[in-house]
Amino acid sequence: MVIASDHLVKKLVGLSIFQTSVFLFYISIAKIFGGSAPILDPAITHYSNPLPHVLILTAIVVGVATTSVGAALIVRIHEAYGTLEETEIHIQDELE
Amino acid sequence: MIDGAHASVLQVVVLLVGAPLCFILARGIWAWGIAALSASASFVMACAVFIQVATGGALTYHLGGWEPPWGIEYKIDSLGALMILLVSGIGTLVILGSRASVEREIGASRMDLFYTAFLLCMAGAVGIIATGDAFNLFVFLEINSLASYTLIAMGMDRRSLTSSFQYLIMGTIGATFIVIGIGFLYMMTGTLNMEDISIRLHEVENHRTIEAAFAFLIVGISLKLALFPLHLWLPNAYTFAPSVVSVFLASTATKVAVYVLIRFIYSVFGSDYSHNHMPFNTILAFLSVIAILIPSFSALYQTHAKRLLAYSSLAQIGYITLGISLATIPGLNASLLHIFTHAITKGALFMSLACIATGLGSCKLHNMAGVSRLMPWSSAAFLIAGLSLIGLPLTSGFFSKWYLLQAILEQGEWWLALVVVLGSMLAAFYVWKVVETMYLRPVAAERAEVREAPWPMLMTTWILTLLSVAFGVFGQSLLFPWTQKAALMLFGAG
Repeated sequence: MVIASDHLVKKLVGLSIFQTSVFLFYISIAKIFGGSAPILDPAITHYSNPLPHVLILTAIVVGVATTSVGAALIVRIHEAYGTLEETEIHIQDELE
Repeated sequence: MIDGAHASVLQVVVLLVGAPLCFILARGIWAWGIAALSASASFVMACAVFIQVATGGALTYHLGGWEPPWGIEYKIDSLGALMILLVSGIGTLVILGSRASVEREIGASRMDLFYTAFLLCMAGAVGIIATGDAFNLFVFLEINSLASYTLIAMGMDRRSLTSSFQYLIMGTIGATFIVIGIGFLYMMTGTLNMEDISIRLHEVENHRTIEAAFAFLIVGISLKLALFPLHLWLPNAYTFAPSVVSVFLASTATKVAVYVLIRFIYSVFGSDYSHNHMPFNTILAFLSVIAILIPSFSALYQTHAKRLLAYSSLAQIGYITLGISLATIPGLNASLLHIFTHAITKGALFMSLACIATGLGSCKLHNMAGVSRLMPWSSAAFLIAGLSLIGLPLTSGFFSKWYLLQAILEQGEWWLALVVVLGSMLAAFYVWKVVETMYLRPVAAERAEVREAPWPMLMTTWILTLLSVAFGVFGQSLLFPWTQKAALMLFGAG
């Protein structure tokens, strides 16, 4: 979607999906069978690893920032070109 | 005297604190003042760190007092100290000289936003170098990248918006690849501290996951450093960014990415794994040769001076990666030298174009006809730094290319040496193209009133230009022993 789509918003959506899949990858690393949430309790012997969750919290924040910068750019591009289709933007640039 | 261990983290913190202060407290010229102050403070601390590393060896700092590998560790060795000195030095010089250009291209009313983004960009770059934690490196990389997208989008031309968006897409893909690579490494080793990863990696070295991690990291970093087939974002981004932003990005952004590459292939994976276990050298050498030749040819056909230099930057990246691909200590040493000398030379070239853009309002070649009569100092700086870009003797460009050639011939790869020589000849042609326009063409009548750029801009330009000559003359005694030490250390670690 990031590469194939001609529409800038769809590119950004594709990028978000790509990033989210990496978040899920990290969460899946942390899971162990029968593991519980990492809260200290004498009854529990297996804990899931909390560190990847924390890392992904950071990565989510980074992802939100990236998406919002991208969205802000899209708004400005729309103001400047009046379109969000990449081919039309190219045509306008060529004409200059 | 500042305590070196604390300075290693403070040099990042000062910039991170300065950025919101610019935004909250200051308007117009005061924002510039705060930015200049915090950048200079960071530079002073970088000097303190450098001295400390030179006398006492690598510095480490444990954030929040947590012992590594649990806590985040900052680790600055001889390579890191040199790179931080370079980045914060150029950043400070650019901020000091940038006011007139920013006023003209971005406007006094948006100066606070500009300097906020600039300080964040610089903080990210310094942080990437200082940190010894793989995930922390990703966070700083994103701070640096997001700030540079913002900076590029502030350009005068509306095409700056689309080039910034293009960079955002490619840069985020690169950064996400890096996160995937770090995730695989964490999966296999259970740690994020780079030193710790490299120790534990040997036990699982032949595992497929590690190979995947290596591939993801290399591709991700190559996107960031604009290695040939992944370079498409760079020419537009450098061309349409505000002039002073081009100076900072061209001289530091790709160099920091090369630093990350070196960090991962030597300090994390180890030279033996990277060079002997994976087919990394062959691919890198092949891509470097294309990166030297094709962009150099493209540069010949450019009609915009900034775009011409951007293509030349791609070729210079090729020289740097070519040195790495030789897999020898002299090769790596030549790469490190070229990172340093090229950062200064490209900084001087883009800064002289920033001066010219402030006077003429454009860097298109046909507008620059005869500009040497109107702006003699800016044009002379371009000429001298241009000679260094070509690699004429007594300039720093010659100094680092000479070592690159020696390292290549030591391996007996004479055809690679031919590529380097051919690349330098092409550089002579495209630099001549600009110089000829500036010196030998008549001045257009409507531009006869143009004045020389203000002195702070010229000061920055000339400091960088003189440095690029000085390292050609004194580099042998000043720079060479230091990079030699760094190269030995990187190979020794593997």
